[in-house]
Amino acid sequence: MAEGVMTIAEQRDGEIRKISYELVSEGRRMADSLGQGVTALLLGADIKENASTLGHYGADKVLVADDPRLKTYTTDAYVSVIAELVKANDPAILLLGASVEGKDLAARLSARLETGMAQDCITFSLEDGNLVAIRPIYAGKAYAKVTFSDSTPQIATARPNVLTLNEPDTSRSAEIIDAQFTLDDSILKTKVVDVLRDESGKVDLTEADKIVSGGRGMKGPENYNILEELAEAIGASVGASRSAVDAGWRPHTDQVGQTGKVVSPTLYIACGISGAIQHLAGMSTSKVIVAINKDPDAPIFQRADYGIVEDLFKVVPSLTEEIKKIM
Amino acid sequence: MNIIVCLKQVPDTDSQIKVAPDGNSIVTDDVKWVMNPYDEFGVEEALQIKEKMGGEVTVIGLGPKRVTESIRTALAMGADKGILINDPALENSDALATGRALAAAIKGLDYDLIFTGQRGVDDDMGLVGATLAEFLDIPQLSIIVKAEISEDGKSVKVNRAVEGQTLVIESSLPAVITTQKGLNEPRYASLPGIMKAKKKPLEEKTLADLGLDPSQVGEGARKLKIMELTPPPQRETGKIIEGETPEEKAAELVRLLHEEAKLI
Ligand SMILES: Cc1cc2nc3c(=O)[nH]c(=O)nc-3n(C[C@H](O)[C@H](O)[C@H](O)COP(=O)(O)OP(=O)(O)OC[C@H]3O[C@@H](n4cnc5c(N)ncnc54)[C@H](O)[C@@H]3O)c2cc1C
Ligand SMILES: Nc1ncnc2c1ncn2[C@@H]1O[C@H](COP(=O)(O)O)[C@@H](O)[C@H]1O
Repeated sequence: MAEGVMTIAEQRDGEIRKISYELVSEGRRMADSLGQGVTALLLGADIKENASTLGHYGADKVLVADDPRLKTYTTDAYVSVIAELVKANDPAILLLGASVEGKDLAARLSARLETGMAQDCITFSLEDGNLVAIRPIYAGKAYAKVTFSDSTPQIATARPNVLTLNEPDTSRSAEIIDAQFTLDDSILKTKVVDVLRDESGKVDLTEADKIVSGGRGMKGPENYNILEELAEAIGASVGASRSAVDAGWRPHTDQVGQTGKVVSPTLYIACGISGAIQHLAGMSTSKVIVAINKDPDAPIFQRADYGIVEDLFKVVPSLTEEIKKIM
Repeated sequence: MNIIVCLKQVPDTDSQIKVAPDGNSIVTDDVKWVMNPYDEFGVEEALQIKEKMGGEVTVIGLGPKRVTESIRTALAMGADKGILINDPALENSDALATGRALAAAIKGLDYDLIFTGQRGVDDDMGLVGATLAEFLDIPQLSIIVKAEISEDGKSVKVNRAVEGQTLVIESSLPAVITTQKGLNEPRYASLPGIMKAKKKPLEEKTLADLGLDPSQVGEGARKLKIMELTPPPQRETGKIIEGETPEEKAAELVRLLHEEAKLI
């Protein structure tokens, strides 16, 4: 009988990413109500010494698959190793992050293991011991409540930032185990040949806790500096509407919306964005929404918790100044 | 290079989405169906590769008869042939079953590269590309913003956008590439293109043609079950911040974010 919760830890350059702790925290809550254990799976090269923090957030065991070929994520290597370890450990529930890596991995794993999988979930519960998840569909225009057929593991990816992070307890330690696996070079068909880093160091929109977004109302690329300054003051990342992206003012990776990034920050500040249905779809799960727009009838105000009807070029700089006063 | 583009039909992103009385599906009466926007990038990329290297572009859609319209759009853009997989038993198939049926249709074809969208903008799953790659036992390259085919047509070098960095990956072909915005600017179908598309071959296949059994697909084979669809939770009506000057309004907003929302 499949039992317990397994979470996949994500690392970048050997450093464990925040989503990994969110998954272990949620896995702990699930496992406690099931009376079962949580195993975190960590893949990488020379990463064993980083494994212990997963215990602080609630993992009972950390299985470490250490291999130079696992240093950077590739679908073929990771899926092969994880599928083997999942079969050997037989968890009932398998949780991954809805990051670019986690979504890719979960998708292929579900096909390999021929089991159900729910992408980009925002809440989990258990009904009769079975996993039930809520996931926004149509980029948030509707919510689906889903569950799994009999096959295990029940695979789900969780949207970054939405699960409650446990307070780390440094007195809690997990059993760290060297995972036994085989990885045959002949199955490795893809190779990472270069990593182009975004040196700005800004947090990706999908993981950002705060976002300041600018639309066509920004009038031109040169004006985004006022948003950058506001973002800097509150520790936010800068996003954009599709109009701003299509005008070439901002890179494609900044687009928020149904055909861009679907984001869930705690604070979303929309500046000069009208609030078209496709834009709203991508940000309406934000906890608090602020809209700054000179048109009182702009649809964005219907979704905003706080609205300012005003010229953004007059408000945004004052906003930054006022924030600096209290920080 | 023979290239296959998978095409999903989805409600136009302008559509309001209403939950049907059964609580399990959406109201489709007023829905305008369009090609998944990510699949437009797939069609465009395939056409650009074909224009450079020669070969054929085949578009495959699985779904009811109305999907023909989107396939015709792709043909009008310049694709060579279309295949519609249409069988009542396929209704409500999940990604595993969809991938299985697409793989069965593709297995008999001569192909070097397959494009799918990174996700359907309907149920936002992003599963079919991976499922298809698994069933065809070929690599998948997902969220791709740039693709360069080697001169001998045997491998591809892609840029994959992940959080805060771009990975440059080399892969053998055939492979599945899932498209991301930034890959290209999809062309519009020209009037002559639309005329020509009417004469291009569009084949229709049933499950039996693919050698699949109805028990492997459809509602009964779903591994993920939809219990209920609901409208998104209502947001409380917000506050419009009053003030004499922009500065006053800004100050009041900061006060609210600090004291009421406790976010800054
Ligand atoms: C298939 C498809 C997919 C799409 N996907 C997306 C998507 O993913 N994301 C997305 O964002 N859009 C998407 N769109 C586009 C969407 O429909 C809108 O066109 C777009 O969101 C509008 O961007 P905007 O709000 O910046 O521009 P506009 O609608 O032009 O709004 C600009 C706003 O700025 C305000 N403004 C102007 N000057 C000032 C000033 N000085 N001070 C304050 N306010 C000012 C105006 O009052 C106006 O409300 C999609 C469209 C299609 C057809
Ligand atoms: N019914 C379908 N017919 C053809 N291609 C599909 C179908 N469903 C999904 N796809 C492909 O897979 C991509 C991702 O869809 P999904 O996995 O449903 O989010 C789409 O952009 C299509 O390229």
